[in-house]
Amino acid sequence: MTEITSPSRYRSRRRRNGIATGLALGATAVGLGWLVLILGALLWQGFSGLSLAVFTEMTPPPGSAGGLLNPIVGSLILTVLAVAIGTPIGILAGTYMAEYGRHDLLTSVVRFINDILLSAPSIVVGLFIYEVMVAPMGHFSGLAGGVSLAVLVIPVVVRTTEDMLTLVPNALREAATSIGLPRSLTITRICYRAARAGMLTGVLLAVARISGETAPLLFTSLNNQFWSTNLNAPISSLPVVIFQFALSPYKDWQALAWTGALIITMAVLALSITARALVATGKQS
Amino acid sequence: MDPSRSQSVADIAIQQRSLIAPAAGSRAKVLDRLRLSDAVFRQLTRAAAIGVLVLLSAVIFSLIRGSIPALKTFGFGFLVSERWNPVTEIFGAMPAIYGTVITSFIAMLFAVPIGLMIAFFLTALCPLWLRRPIGIAIELLAGIPSIIYGIWGLFVFAPFLQETLQPFLINTLGNLPLIGPLFGGPPYGIGMLTAGLILAIMVLPFVTAISRDVFEAVPAVLKEAAYGLGCTTWEVTRNVVLPYARVGVIGGIMLALGRALGETMAVTFVIGNAHRISSSLLAPGTTISATIANEFTEAVGDLYTSALIALGLILFVITFIVLAIARYLLLRIERRIG
Repeated sequence: MTEITSPSRYRSRRRRNGIATGLALGATAVGLGWLVLILGALLWQGFSGLSLAVFTEMTPPPGSAGGLLNPIVGSLILTVLAVAIGTPIGILAGTYMAEYGRHDLLTSVVRFINDILLSAPSIVVGLFIYEVMVAPMGHFSGLAGGVSLAVLVIPVVVRTTEDMLTLVPNALREAATSIGLPRSLTITRICYRAARAGMLTGVLLAVARISGETAPLLFTSLNNQFWSTNLNAPISSLPVVIFQFALSPYKDWQALAWTGALIITMAVLALSITARALVATGKQS
Repeated sequence: MDPSRSQSVADIAIQQRSLIAPAAGSRAKVLDRLRLSDAVFRQLTRAAAIGVLVLLSAVIFSLIRGSIPALKTFGFGFLVSERWNPVTEIFGAMPAIYGTVITSFIAMLFAVPIGLMIAFFLTALCPLWLRRPIGIAIELLAGIPSIIYGIWGLFVFAPFLQETLQPFLINTLGNLPLIGPLFGGPPYGIGMLTAGLILAIMVLPFVTAISRDVFEAVPAVLKEAAYGLGCTTWEVTRNVVLPYARVGVIGGIMLALGRALGETMAVTFVIGNAHRISSSLLAPGTTISATIANEFTEAVGDLYTSALIALGLILFVITFIVLAIARYLLLRIERRIG
């Protein structure tokens, strides 16, 4: 008893609490500090190279000026392709899990596997697509790049679609069924509409995830120094160009890599903030 | 939402009924068509769900098929051999596996305590109005693409370490008897330690976000009871919140570990890509993912390619196990909360 009530014991507990509080503050400062440091370096280095030429000129050979037009367009094409392939599959799979088989074994298994795909190393996806598309076709192609990114889109969309459809009140489904709507129409016309904001958020998050992905593109879409929109040929993309230019010994290329990095980061941050805002408005209404 | 349109759907359904009701034959036909489209849609969604499973099995299958030549040639020795020589076509995975494990270990060593302390700050100490902004800022760290960490690590972080931390480590810890060799050699800037630290920054948001969520899920009654007994804030977190949230925290840590093991671009920039196991953490090394990223497009010969795919298979198996454990643990805590 005296142990517990003694002033020295009390003091040491207070002191320990003080130390822990200090450490927690320090840890938070470190976490936020990194964000500031990284964004700061990015803005500092990226903005100095930012000009109109970046968006209007092709990637240059070493030692001359140029821009990032072909990788920017290439990245956009690959992203659109990945979303066009991945989203329908993801939404359909998520629909099955939330609407048809909410409690069956298939859904539990798919959910587990999907969560693993969600965090699987993206470079392995690149190897996979190389094996099934690039090697049989005999050459690198934009199509292969798009498919490899689609493999990364699917798990994100499956997850959010399932989560959002599960949140749709059952009363809506019952009302639709009671006026004679078949199940498929109930889902496509009623549930999808109720969950639209959330499902759109999922697609935005997926786009944010793939727009910076480099590893799966290295040996699927490869790179192209010239203007090309041919999906059957290698195509340039921002992350791969950043990778190549940053590791090169040329100052011009390194500066362009920083600018490209700034563009990607701004795009990703804008996407994730939009997604967040969508979720917030969805919650209020 | 557009109410006029969703109403029109219901209207059409009813109108169709009333229009076709007199002719029983056509009514049956319409119903048949609806039944068919219903069944088709159902099977379509089912096929997509099964497609996710097929996708994973296809990944595993293609990796196994691709790595057969290398595994046949080197057998079990592939896993433990230290040699990696593309010219003589002798390949061993040990340096890459070693690098992957060590960099991830360094990452977790820093990310776990810092992440847990941030979660402690966010759930117990932080004023309410600051919680959301700080939480969002930490989550933005998770959204930054890994190539950005790579370019930052190469041009900003590695030179900084080369000039400050690494000479300091060499001059102090490097002279100690037991752990001295870990900090020996010249300060290259790039190397295992740098890669590990970059990874720590990358996985920090995962540890923080999941720990915060499970900390918040601890019933308020438990915390209030502890405070009522006179516990300090730290004692409540340490002795009540942490034990209660243990399973979830471990799940979050495993999830972060899975990320760290498979992370490619951030590591490729700063690891140095040297196929050897050196005693010093400051020396350049390599990881599985960095090896694949650096060498795959330049690999000539089937054996070389196959060896790299076999590395990919090893990486996939390791991360699959880690992630499966993580998901299992998180599933358990979800059930308890739900």
